[in-house]
Amino acid sequence: MSYCRKFGPNNKDTVIFATKEDHSTTSNVKLPEREQQPGLIMPNGDINWNCPCLGGMATGPCGVEFRNAFSCFHYSEAEPKGSNCYDLFKTMQSCMQKYPTLYNKDLGDDDDDITSAAKELSLESSAENKALMTDGKQEKVKEK
Amino acid sequence: MLRIRQLQTISVNLNISRQTSQYSQSAFNGIIYKHRPCCCVRTFSNDSKDKKIPSIKDASVNLMNDSIQSSEQKHDGSKKSKSLLFGMLFTAFTLGTIWFISPTKNKPKEFKLEEKKKRPIQKNPSNSKDIPKDVPYLLIGGGTASFTAFRAIKSVDPKAKVLMITNENFYPYMRPPLSKEIWFNEDKELVKKKAFKQWNGSERSLFYEPEEFYTDCTSLMEAPNGGVAVARGWTVKKLDVNEKFVTLDDGTEIRFGKCLLATGAKPKLLPVFQAAKLNEKTSDLVKIYRDIHDFEDAYNLFEKSADVAVVGGGFLGSELACAMARKDAKGNKNVYQIFKEGGNMGKILPEYLSAWTTNKVKNEGVKVIADSEVVALKEKNKKLELTLNDGNTLLVDYAVIAVGVEANTDLADESGLEVDPELGGYLVNTELQARSDIYVAGDCACFYDTKLGRRRFEHHDHAVVTGRLAGENMAGARKPYLHQSMFWSDLGPDVGYEAIGIVDSTLPTVAVFAKSEKKTASKTLENENKDAKIENAVVEEEQTEKGEKRLAKSVKVSESGDEDFNKGVIFYLKDDIVVGVVMWNVFNKIGVARQVLMDHRKYEDLNEVAKLFTIHED
Repeated sequence: MSYCRKFGPNNKDTVIFATKEDHSTTSNVKLPEREQQPGLIMPNGDINWNCPCLGGMATGPCGVEFRNAFSCFHYSEAEPKGSNCYDLFKTMQSCMQKYPTLYNKDLGDDDDDITSAAKELSLESSAENKALMTDGKQEKVKEK
Repeated sequence: MLRIRQLQTISVNLNISRQTSQYSQSAFNGIIYKHRPCCCVRTFSNDSKDKKIPSIKDASVNLMNDSIQSSEQKHDGSKKSKSLLFGMLFTAFTLGTIWFISPTKNKPKEFKLEEKKKRPIQKNPSNSKDIPKDVPYLLIGGGTASFTAFRAIKSVDPKAKVLMITNENFYPYMRPPLSKEIWFNEDKELVKKKAFKQWNGSERSLFYEPEEFYTDCTSLMEAPNGGVAVARGWTVKKLDVNEKFVTLDDGTEIRFGKCLLATGAKPKLLPVFQAAKLNEKTSDLVKIYRDIHDFEDAYNLFEKSADVAVVGGGFLGSELACAMARKDAKGNKNVYQIFKEGGNMGKILPEYLSAWTTNKVKNEGVKVIADSEVVALKEKNKKLELTLNDGNTLLVDYAVIAVGVEANTDLADESGLEVDPELGGYLVNTELQARSDIYVAGDCACFYDTKLGRRRFEHHDHAVVTGRLAGENMAGARKPYLHQSMFWSDLGPDVGYEAIGIVDSTLPTVAVFAKSEKKTASKTLENENKDAKIENAVVEEEQTEKGEKRLAKSVKVSESGDEDFNKGVIFYLKDDIVVGVVMWNVFNKIGVARQVLMDHRKYEDLNEVAKLFTIHED
């Protein structure tokens, strides 16, 4: 059983010791609805650019480029999704290359990453993404 | 460390929110997915139902995030992955946060520290001609509130041009680790880099963003996509509210569209320390503690010192004393903590809990001197002699004064802004507005909380929450302060807590603590436990004398029976209405506490409310 003790000036501090058993029944208190903080996508489907999950992505030096690319992707109805956003991605990517400390912190050499990403893609290639993958490779060749 | 252990488990349990997961297979894999934990992790200001991560340490993850920790998450790479290419380009971001302040409300006899610091302030840019003279958004102050305000502005207004003016030499950084994690760095290089190890072992900078993130002052106005430029080492001397311009220390005028005052707070000094600061012989032996320089100063000197005193029993003093004692794991030094209250955190925690906490702090190796005040200081053989009110003296290598801060409202008089006579801080309304186009956030804002009345608050998460709110409102929203900020503290391995609302030890409280069933269930078991502990004690005895002492104490505590304050929830009441909640070694429940505050009513049985905090769960 839980029990009570009083402490402090004028016994103003009440302390209840409760065992696990005492708290095993459901509380009879109903609290108001939880205040909903939006996540990345708001209830109406819009993007919440103030989401902490974006870190400095939407507010950093390539924030505008990022927003353009991400919005395009988010609202894309193309099949596969985002396939109409290639140029915007490219723009974002070239912006990010100007800020290596900011955007490549733990990725090491970019080129390697692109290579390995392309490899990964080719391994997992499916009919659906084959075209895209080819695009990616061409892109890589161009860069080299 | 309890907290650390807990966090590790939690990180495994992170729920993937549906919203976010749809991007995990997209081009944004590298960005959002990696950052997802941040969303989930935030304790602070945005906690959502699924949030699992609790505390503080993560609080840092709050503003910024850290992709490193999540980079190993598996993703299904099969579809739509052209994006991967891009995803791979990124990495972590960061945000962090924090800070608290020390005890509030020491009113009368304390003066400001007027004395100029000896460190040279480097102005950057060095000439004010390089600072733009007319900006849409001007942020005065370079701390957490200012930084989150910038983020909010830029989120609403993507091409915003924002000028931040700070009198510090640094880009915005988080203060909370300065009395916590950064002391625990084993690697001195990390300290030099101004970085620390997070709960998950990953390294993190104190700085919210690297220099590259910021726009140069000279190119801000020409940048087509805007950005944020930071003029460092510059001080705003005057704000003309009607004509909408500020005057810098060299007389330069800068016009603005909207202006944020986020000038923070500065350490208070009692007259006795004020005098010691002004005395050449003792000046260097008496230290304040607020910024990176203060940390470096105290940290470097600590190595060479045998005896150190921390004056103040609030958040900063208690955390710092514990951090120093932990730093001195071998127990070669004496770390004294002197304060006038009866126990650690005496202004925050009810008396019995403050006393219990003080025991824990002592177990950490801190020599706590409660109910005491320093009445005199003098130099003696290059050391500092403190005379206490009971006539005893203490000889230390240096003393850190952490007796609270006061809002930095230097601009008020000349600018015609009103300051709250009791709480300090610029008076603002519920939308954090002082006048048209003038907003205030963080420590220096005395705002109207429609539920809890007029308040001023000196904590890290408060800076995050109000900075963001002010930023949104500056960019055109008109949102009220509704989302209660929280704060947290850790004192050694056994004490960690999170709190929200008005938490003041003079209020009546009702607390519900978990009573361990094991101990009451069987006396034999209890005895066995005791034996086990004593065995441990023997083992540690061999290590250090201090270890022995600590163990002896912990055995004593456990003997005091099953009435232990290890884990529970404390409700603070005003007219029987819950106005504040402390979650004592109970984590992830800030959301529930917010609902309780929101409810703002009398409860028949707070034990029933306590059930919602599941205090018996590990």
